[in-house]
Amino acid sequence: MIEFLVNQGWDKDVATGVALLLGVVAVSTFGLLWIILGIWVERKFAGRVQDRLGPNRTGPYGLFQTFADLGKLLTKEDITPQGADKVIYNMAPLISVGAVLLIWAVVPFSKEWIGSDLNVGALYFTAVGSFGTLAILLAGWGSNNKYALLGAFRVIAQLVSYEVPMVLSILVPVLLSGSMSMQEIVNKQNIWYIFVSPIAALLFFISSLAEVGRSPFDLIEAESEIVAGFNIEYSGMKFGMFYAAEFLHAFTICVLASILFLGGWRGIGAEIPGVAGSLLGFVWLFTKTLGVYFLLMLIRNTVPRIRIDQMMAFNWKFLVPLSLVNLLVVAFVGKILQPDYVGVTAAATASSGLLSLVYQLLGPNLIAEIPRAVVIFIASVILWWLVSMVMQRYAIFEHLKAQTLVKEYKPYSPSPEQPTSAPVPSAGR
Amino acid sequence: MQVNEWIFIGIFFAIAWIFPAAPIIMAQLLRPKRSTVAKMETYECGIETSGDAWVQFKVQYYLYALIFLIFDIETIFLFPWAVAYNQLGLFALFEMVIFILLLAVALVYAWRKGALEWA
Amino acid sequence: MQNIDLIQWIAFVILSILVLGGGLLVVTDRNLFHGALWLLVSLFGVAGLFVMLSAPFLAAVQVLVYMGAIVILIIFAIMLTRRMMGIRESVNARWPIGLVMSALAFLVVSFILTLASSSQLLAYPANVAVQPDSLINFGKALVDTNQYALPFELASLLLTAALIGSIVIAREDG
Repeated sequence: MIEFLVNQGWDKDVATGVALLLGVVAVSTFGLLWIILGIWVERKFAGRVQDRLGPNRTGPYGLFQTFADLGKLLTKEDITPQGADKVIYNMAPLISVGAVLLIWAVVPFSKEWIGSDLNVGALYFTAVGSFGTLAILLAGWGSNNKYALLGAFRVIAQLVSYEVPMVLSILVPVLLSGSMSMQEIVNKQNIWYIFVSPIAALLFFISSLAEVGRSPFDLIEAESEIVAGFNIEYSGMKFGMFYAAEFLHAFTICVLASILFLGGWRGIGAEIPGVAGSLLGFVWLFTKTLGVYFLLMLIRNTVPRIRIDQMMAFNWKFLVPLSLVNLLVVAFVGKILQPDYVGVTAAATASSGLLSLVYQLLGPNLIAEIPRAVVIFIASVILWWLVSMVMQRYAIFEHLKAQTLVKEYKPYSPSPEQPTSAPVPSAGR
Repeated sequence: MQVNEWIFIGIFFAIAWIFPAAPIIMAQLLRPKRSTVAKMETYECGIETSGDAWVQFKVQYYLYALIFLIFDIETIFLFPWAVAYNQLGLFALFEMVIFILLLAVALVYAWRKGALEWA
Repeated sequence: MQNIDLIQWIAFVILSILVLGGGLLVVTDRNLFHGALWLLVSLFGVAGLFVMLSAPFLAAVQVLVYMGAIVILIIFAIMLTRRMMGIRESVNARWPIGLVMSALAFLVVSFILTLASSSQLLAYPANVAVQPDSLINFGKALVDTNQYALPFELASLLLTAALIGSIVIAREDG
């Protein structure tokens, strides 16, 4: 792109600037365009799960439903409640969408297509993600509404809590690949990290679910308790922006999960230089992302919401300790069999016949990583078994406790013979 | 330094707000404007708003934010270590175990003291 | 690379305005909540300055820890209090002393900085090339016993102490 413009007689810096600008627009437009199609996919899916048809009136298969909704939102009256902090109130939806869009800057779409390959990419997207938390805070405070503020604070307690296991699980790919750059994590991922450390992948998925506020962690909405929470006073397009941000965020975590744990754009043919390979890589990434997204939609439509105390306990008493232990296990076991890239490459060139074919088919780097992957995987399975044993014990313990409570329970009967438990103090006499 | 990469991020920061702002501004032009006093009132289940939105929050929120802050800083320390992990010896690993275990003690303390309960 | 210099200069000016303007508004805004938000603006500018100093890791830390955690902590702390806005400020009678003290502090700091930059202490090449593996070096230095291993472990101890102390204080009532 830059070379093309320079060849056309442009100044090099200007060409770079224009290329960067176009890159930004391309990346963010892709994200926004996906919202329009994705909402349709999600509604159709929800319809099927609930034995409905889903949107089917506007256009073929209801494909234009989102455009109709968009039109409705555009022409809705937009009310700013009195007493609202106007600047903050109006800024919140912008930051909400912007925070999610900014994550896309470091997403590697293919070997050559990436917005910005920062060497702190993995930290960047968690950092930018915290802007979303701030947007919710602004919305809750700016609305001057009790429910909005209450909802916002609950949401923030949830978001900050689940950030801990999320960041701890991101550490596992960083540790295995030895880099924080997103492109580098994909490049080093000869074996998908989900097969190396499935617990880390699970932790990342669960805590990301909570980060976007999808069921079963959709206390952000909680329409039955705090009437939709932080965005209660928003209407029209501003509400639409919150909706879009939530939706795009859900899709974004699927992209991140596929990059960190499912090998990103890697797949058959994605290494080919040029546009063809890049397109293939993009298709691979998108396919994997849709797979994760399918799982997310399935969970959303089948799992009921959990209570807030359960949610906090689940995070601090289960996810955080587990992610700490998992990190230590991966770090220790990974040290036992470090991949010997040089040795295996030498062995690959020295080998002949069938063995050489195997080396060429899989690539020496992948073979070098197999021992480490196998030990960490086995360690993860053992860890998971231990955890499930502990959980089983805990469940039995709780069950027994509940049973004794049931046995001791005496229904209240207002019979005069039964003496009251303690003599009533004769107060004031 | 990755100059171009960061200029990209800079441009992105400038533009990311324009994308959501455009539909909102468009809606400002299209929307009807018939505001009444009742419409502008703060929503409170249909009854008249009573009191202020600024209610006093319980200390539990603060405690969660604090525990989060501690663990956030911990993970920040872990990131450079994780990046260098492939080139570190076993001794560095033990140092990290001490680091994490000390914080695990803090977590256990918070647990025992009931600071993790939502009550 | 004249254009890069120009871009850097523009970025520096914008970020400095964010840092200084935000900082000024933190202390002058009568609304506590707004003050916390201005702090965000100021911290964001600091993160940008870290990026310009080729320290992107510190910039990410700035955003993640300061903007994402500490400001939220501050806001939670504000919400713990009763409504505190609109209190008519009483002018502190000792404001001239404060003014003199802060002016002195500013002078001392700027004197040290100019002295240091003119001497060899902070003489740093303007366009120092940062090694691409500086993060790896940082990670190594953290656990190297000859460098920062002890401060590193002490940091963990400090964090633990902070957590235990704050729980003790916060749960005093219940």
